[in-house]
Amino acid sequence: MPTPILDILWIIPALPLLGAAINGLFGKGWPNKIVNTVALASTGLSFLAALEAVREFFAGGQQLVHKEFFDWIVAGSFRAGFDLQMDQLTVVMVLVVTGVGFLIHIYSTGYMSHEGGYYRFFSYLNLFMFFMLILVLAANYVLLFVGWEGVGLASYLLIGFYFLKKSASDAGKKAFIVNRIGDFGFMLGMFLLFKTFGTLDFTQLFAKAVPWSHEAWGVFGTFTVACLLLFMGACGKSAQLPLYVWLPDAMEGPTPVSALIHAATMVTAGVYVVARSHILFTHSDTALIVVGTVGCATAFFAATIGLVQTDIKKVLAYSTVSQLGYMFLGCGVGAFSAGIFHLMTHAFFKALLFLAAGSVIHAMGGEQNMLHMGGLSKKIKVTYWTMLIATLAIAGFPPLAGFFSKDAILGEAFQREGGWHSLYVVGLLTALLTSFYMFRLIFLTFHGKQRYDEHHVHVHESPWSMLGPLVILAVLSIIGGWLAAPSFWGGEDHFTAFLAPVFGTGHEAALSEAAAHSLELTLAVVAVVAALIGLATAFWLYLRQPGKPAEIAKSLKPIYNTLYNKYYVDEAYGAAIVRPLLALSTNVLWKIIDVEAIDGTVNGIAHGATATGDVTRRTQSGNTRSYAVWVVVGALTILIIVFWPAIRALAGGAQ
Amino acid sequence: MVPTHYYLILSAVLFGLGAVAFVFKRNIITIFMSIELMLNAVNLAFVAFSQAFGKVEGQVFVLFVIVVAAAEAAVGLGIIILIQRNRQSLNIEKVNLLKL
Amino acid sequence: MNPVLLIFFVLAGLAVLGAASLVLQKHPIHSALSLIVVMVCLAGLYLLMGAEFVAMVQIIVYGGAIMVLFIFVIMLLNAGEEEHTDFSKLAKFAGLPLAFALTASLAALVFKPDASVPTATHAFIPKATEQISSMLFKEFVYPFELTSFLILVAIMGALVLAQREKK
Repeated sequence: MPTPILDILWIIPALPLLGAAINGLFGKGWPNKIVNTVALASTGLSFLAALEAVREFFAGGQQLVHKEFFDWIVAGSFRAGFDLQMDQLTVVMVLVVTGVGFLIHIYSTGYMSHEGGYYRFFSYLNLFMFFMLILVLAANYVLLFVGWEGVGLASYLLIGFYFLKKSASDAGKKAFIVNRIGDFGFMLGMFLLFKTFGTLDFTQLFAKAVPWSHEAWGVFGTFTVACLLLFMGACGKSAQLPLYVWLPDAMEGPTPVSALIHAATMVTAGVYVVARSHILFTHSDTALIVVGTVGCATAFFAATIGLVQTDIKKVLAYSTVSQLGYMFLGCGVGAFSAGIFHLMTHAFFKALLFLAAGSVIHAMGGEQNMLHMGGLSKKIKVTYWTMLIATLAIAGFPPLAGFFSKDAILGEAFQREGGWHSLYVVGLLTALLTSFYMFRLIFLTFHGKQRYDEHHVHVHESPWSMLGPLVILAVLSIIGGWLAAPSFWGGEDHFTAFLAPVFGTGHEAALSEAAAHSLELTLAVVAVVAALIGLATAFWLYLRQPGKPAEIAKSLKPIYNTLYNKYYVDEAYGAAIVRPLLALSTNVLWKIIDVEAIDGTVNGIAHGATATGDVTRRTQSGNTRSYAVWVVVGALTILIIVFWPAIRALAGGAQ
Repeated sequence: MVPTHYYLILSAVLFGLGAVAFVFKRNIITIFMSIELMLNAVNLAFVAFSQAFGKVEGQVFVLFVIVVAAAEAAVGLGIIILIQRNRQSLNIEKVNLLKL
Repeated sequence: MNPVLLIFFVLAGLAVLGAASLVLQKHPIHSALSLIVVMVCLAGLYLLMGAEFVAMVQIIVYGGAIMVLFIFVIMLLNAGEEEHTDFSKLAKFAGLPLAFALTASLAALVFKPDASVPTATHAFIPKATEQISSMLFKEFVYPFELTSFLILVAIMGALVLAQREKK
C-alpha cells in the first residue's frame, strides 16, 4: 500500500460523493447497468478503504488517529477544520455504515430496477453515504454537524423520492422539519460548549472537560444544559419522544431507504453523538437520567403502537423507534458500549427486516397490508427464513445477536439503577411487547390462511440481487452477538474491551465474581422467558385463534383505537403547533407584515417618487417666461449660498 | 474721487432693472435687450474694480465681454428672425412647444 | 461737492432713467433707444474712470454695431407694440419681488463702508490703452484668439439661421 489509507482518510467519504456526482450529473440517460456500476463501485471501494483503514488502525496499535486536512473555519482563536479521526468507536461505526450500506446498495439494484428515476435514487443514496461517513469520521462537532444536516437532507430527498405522490413529499417535508427542530437544540448545545471550552474539537474539548466538577441531579450547570441540548438534537435525528413523529411517515420512501437510513445508519447518529460525548454526559446526572428515561419511555410507547399496526413497514418503523429507545437507555445508565453494541446488532437485523419486508412487498406486487397476506412461508422460502432469523434476533432469543445486545443493556440497567429498577422493568416489558408484535408480523404475513386473491397477485420470489444481501445480513444477525458474549457463557466481552479506550472500562464490579455471574444468568433467563411469552401469545392469538384479535379489539375499542391511531399525537401536534403557526403565518406575517407593511413601504416609496415627480414637473411648464423667473431665482440662490457669512455679518451688524 | 462702491451700487441697480425687464417683458427683442443691459452693468463693475485696484485686467475682460456680447447678439437675432418667421409673432409666450 | 462726483451723479441718474425707460416702454424701438442712452452714459462713466479705450470700444461696438443691429431687426420684423398675454402665473406674482431681492442683495453686499472694497488711489490708470494692448497680446493671447474664432462661428451661425428658405 503506497499511501496508508489513514493518511488519506478523506477517501472514504469522497468515493460515495464522487459516485453521487457522476450519477447525478450524467446518469439521466444511462442504462441501469452503468448507474449500478458507478454506485456499487463507489460504495464498495469505500467499504474496502474502510477495511484497510481499520487494518492499519489495528496494525498501528489502536492509537487514536487524528488527521487535519484543511482549515475550514478559522476565526480568532477558534478553529474548525476538516479533521477526520479514527478511534475504536469510529471503527465500529464506519464498518457498519459502509458494510451495511454496501449490502443495501446491492439490494437496491434489484428492488428499484423497474422504477423511474433510477439514477436519481442511487445518486441520493451515495450522497447519503458521503454525509453519514463525514458524520462518523468527523473529529469536531462542526464537521459532525455538517454530516448531521447532510443526512437530514439526503433523508428528505429519499423519503420524497416518489415526489409526485403527495403523501410522500409531505412525509419528506415532515422529516426535515422535525429534524430541524432537533437541530436547533443541537446548535445551541454546540454554541454553549464553544463558549465554555473555546473549542469544538473532540480530543481538545474532552480533555478540557475531564477535570470539571460533577453536576448532581437537579443542578442545571453547563454540562447539563449543553448535554440536554445535544440530546434534543439526538431526539430529532433518532426519533425519540417527542420528535419521533417523522419516522413512521418516512415509510413512504422506497424500502431500501427505510432500511439504510431509518434503521441502520441515520437514526443511529443520535446515539453515536451521545456516545461520543460520553465524557460530557457523565459529568451530568440530570442529563443521563433524562436520556435514559426518554429512551425507555420511547421504547415502551412505540412498542405499544406497534402492537396493532397493519402496514408491515409501519410495524417495523415503530419497532425501530422502540429499539433506538433501548440504545438511549443503555447510554443513559452509563453503559455506552452496550448502547453501541445494540446499535451494531440492530443495524444488522433491522436492515434485514426491512429488506425482507421489501422482498415480501415485491413478491406481493406492492401490497403492504399484512391483513391481506398470509401463508407465504412456502412460496418465498429465502425471504421467510431470513426474516424469521431477524425476528428471533430482535426478540432476543439466544444465541442470536439481539439477545446479547439487549441483554447487555438490560443487565447494565439493572445493575446501575438502585431502588426500584423502574427502567429495567419497563425495558423488560418492552422486550415482551417487541417479541409479541414481531411474531405477530411473522404469523400474519407468512402463516395462516391465504387472505389474498391468487388471480390478482402472483407471488414470486425476489431475484438474487435482493436475496443475497438478505442472507449475508442473516448470517451477521446470528454471529454478530458473539463479539460480546457475557462472561457466564464462557465468552469474553470483546466488544466492551475493544471500546474500553474510548469509554473507559465497564463499571467497577460491585458484586463479587460469582454473584455477578449468577445475576447475569438470572437476568438472561428472565429476558428469554419474556420473549417466549410474547411468542406464545402471538402464536395463540394469530394462529390458534385467528378470530380472537378482532374480538379483543372490539371489546377494548377505545384502547385499540388510541393505539391504532398512534395516540393521536400527530393530530395533537397539528392542533397545538402546526395550525396556530399556520394561522400566525397567514394572518399576521403574510397579510399584515408582508403585504401591508413591507409591500406598502416599497410601493409607497415608488408612489412617493411619482408624487414628487408630479409636483416638480410643474417647473418644466414649457412657458419661457417662467423659465426666466427660475433663472433669477437660481442666481439669487447662488448669491445667498456663496455669500452667506457676509449676509449674516451684515444682518448682525445691522441690528 | 468717486468712491468705488457708488459705481457698484449703480451696477447693481442696472442689473436689477435688467432682471426685471427680463422677467416682465413679452417681446423677445426687448428681453434680449435686457440681457444686454445686464451685461453692461457687469462691465461697469469690472471697470470700477479695475480702477480701484489699479490693475488693467478688468478692462481687458470688459473687452472680451463686449466681443462675446456682439457674437451672441448676432446669432440671437438670427434666431429671433426665425421665430418670427415660424410663429408670425414676437410674443415669447407663443414660444411654448415644450408645454404639455 | 467736487465736479467729478457731480458728473458721476448726472451720468448715473441718466443711466438709471434709461434703464427704467427700457422696462416701462411698450414699443421695442423705444426700449432700444433707451438702451442706447444707457450705453452712452456708461461710456461716459468709463471715461470718468480713465478707461478711455473701453469707453471708445463701448460706443463703437455696442452703440454703433450691436444696437444698430437691434434696430435693424426691429424694423425688419416690424415689431409692434407689446400684446397683453398673460400665461405665466409665476412671472406675474413672483417676478418682481425676486428681481427686487436680487438687486437688493447685490447692493447690500457691496455697500460696506469698510475697506474691503478699496477706493482708487489714482483717478485713472496711466497709459491704460498701452497696458491693455500689451496684455491682450501677451497674457491673454489665447482668449484673444479664441474670441476671434468665436466671432467666426457667430458669423456662420447667423448666416445659416437667417438665410432665406431655398425655393
